[in-house]
Amino acid sequence: MNLLYFAWLRQKIGKGEETMALPDGVASVADLIAHLKSLGPGYADAFAEDGRVRVAVNQKHSGLDAKVAADDEIAFFPPVTGG
Amino acid sequence: MIVSVRVQTQDFSLDAEVAALTAEGDPGAVAYFTGHVRKEGNLSSLTLEHYPGMTEAEITRMAQEAASRWPLTGVTVIHRVGRLAPGDRIVLVAVASSHRRAAFEACEFLMDYLKTSAPFWKEEARNGESHWVAARASDDAAMNRWRK
Repeated sequence: MNLLYFAWLRQKIGKGEETMALPDGVASVADLIAHLKSLGPGYADAFAEDGRVRVAVNQKHSGLDAKVAADDEIAFFPPVTGG
Repeated sequence: MIVSVRVQTQDFSLDAEVAALTAEGDPGAVAYFTGHVRKEGNLSSLTLEHYPGMTEAEITRMAQEAASRWPLTGVTVIHRVGRLAPGDRIVLVAVASSHRRAAFEACEFLMDYLKTSAPFWKEEARNGESHWVAARASDDAAMNRWRK
């Protein structure tokens, strides 16, 4: 998987992008967030409030129940504030 | 239909954009909106970040959605990223149509969409400190009125 982090998620996690093998037992975005939270305090802080995080799977807005696969691009970001 | 979607650091020329937008299709009406960085007392800069690839794809998809709802001959969306100063232009949405009402409505629809779904994030610098701008529920409400 290619994981992307934007805005304050990038700052809390300390990087904007990383490649990761699909972890065992991870089938959905919610599973992936639970796994990421276990990786360290930066991740735990970034995902502390699930309600403040949005996700895109393969560049399409998605929900927590969306399926994830090994070759997906998955991006996490705050609610958007452009315009 | 002319569709031009650009995410760029540099400013844009309204005259040049309107000329390009009206080069085909003989539109009788062009409506446009420009957004600017507010000149608030303690705001020193605004830095915009986007999701390269998805941002352009989302805006293009929404331009096509607008074209399916209104009789348009062209849409131009330019959104700036990087560091901007108070007074700088942030965004241009320009819509050309043969009908005035279609141009006005499609322009507003596209701005409401940009505010709620296009992946951009603003970080403000005030008094030497940076913070990320929070999303506003009023923007979501504005977008909801277009849902069918």
